[in-house]
Amino acid sequence: MSDHQVLTETHMDVLKEISNIGLGNAATALATMVNKRIDMAVPQSKFLSMDEVMQLIGGLEEVVCCVSLRLEGDVPGQILFLFNLNSTFNLVDTLMGMEHGTTQELDEMGESAVKEIGNVLTGSFLSAIGTMTGLNMVPTVPMFATDMLGAVLSTSLVAGGYVEEHILMIETLLFEDHEQIRGHFFLITKQGSLETLFGSLGLTL
Amino acid sequence: MALAKVNEEIQVGIADYKVTNSPHRLITLGLGSCVGVVLYDSVAKVGGLLHIMLPDSTQFNNVTKPAKFADTGIPLMIDHIKRQGGNPHRLTAKLAGGAQMFSGLDEKFVLNIGQRNAAMVREILHKIGIRVLAEELGGNRGRTMIFDTANGQVTIRTIGSPLKVI
Repeated sequence: MSDHQVLTETHMDVLKEISNIGLGNAATALATMVNKRIDMAVPQSKFLSMDEVMQLIGGLEEVVCCVSLRLEGDVPGQILFLFNLNSTFNLVDTLMGMEHGTTQELDEMGESAVKEIGNVLTGSFLSAIGTMTGLNMVPTVPMFATDMLGAVLSTSLVAGGYVEEHILMIETLLFEDHEQIRGHFFLITKQGSLETLFGSLGLTL
Repeated sequence: MALAKVNEEIQVGIADYKVTNSPHRLITLGLGSCVGVVLYDSVAKVGGLLHIMLPDSTQFNNVTKPAKFADTGIPLMIDHIKRQGGNPHRLTAKLAGGAQMFSGLDEKFVLNIGQRNAAMVREILHKIGIRVLAEELGGNRGRTMIFDTANGQVTIRTIGSPLKVI
């Protein structure tokens, strides 16, 4: 049986709440890194078709940077961070201590700075959830792509093996007050890994 | 008004296909490792655009969306073109996509899916006996594909490069 058929409203709420706590921690980490206030939207957890996933963020041809990390351990899955191009340049400028507007394209250094942001955010997300659930979750090294949203997102889902008709996506928006930085976070779990997650909180599927 | 309608682009989503007569334009946005397959009968001026995600449906049980796979999507679209008045023996193909978008050191991240998609599409077309007139496959850029059924031209849009007509 797929997770799709057995998840109730309560389960979805729990997923949202777990993500909220994890992402709160991640947003704080990002705020510390860039020394700016970072807000986040309430996380959404939904089963979406591939087309709906694509429409979540914006135009399919919009240029984005994507950091993708796989999760190993008790809850196998995948984490994606997507930043639009402007946000990425602003992030790189801020991290490297360069004047705002300096970065106009991503070189190797910029790319590795963005990957590092993915690492740090994922680490703080996972550590909050790990503390709460006692589960062991280990991120792999980040993969990186920058191109049209549709191309990047579909490729990362296919490469991670998420090819079912409907994918459970936990999604939220991280943003800075002046819209200098705006990024999407996605958590996708492998079928069956949710059972472990809920089990750790005393819930059954 | 009629003219505006004619020029409208019909969008083809991921793991989907559309077949139309002329003059219409079919578009699919942001192909990464996916492959876009255009099949065209230049006499009847009927054609289709297919956006596949994966090479081989036999690796999966319970296939509900045949347009997701190269091996099931191509025959499905040919059948539809036939019903629209196209002659399967006159079909020619143009292909785009199959890129490797990601870089990094994660060995379990499947990097070659674009390559496998492209190889499977070529193999199936070869088996059926459909000639590939032009292709823009591989590389590491995302592509948008626009197919004009009036003349069979396929326009490829990539970030940071001029439009290319194949």
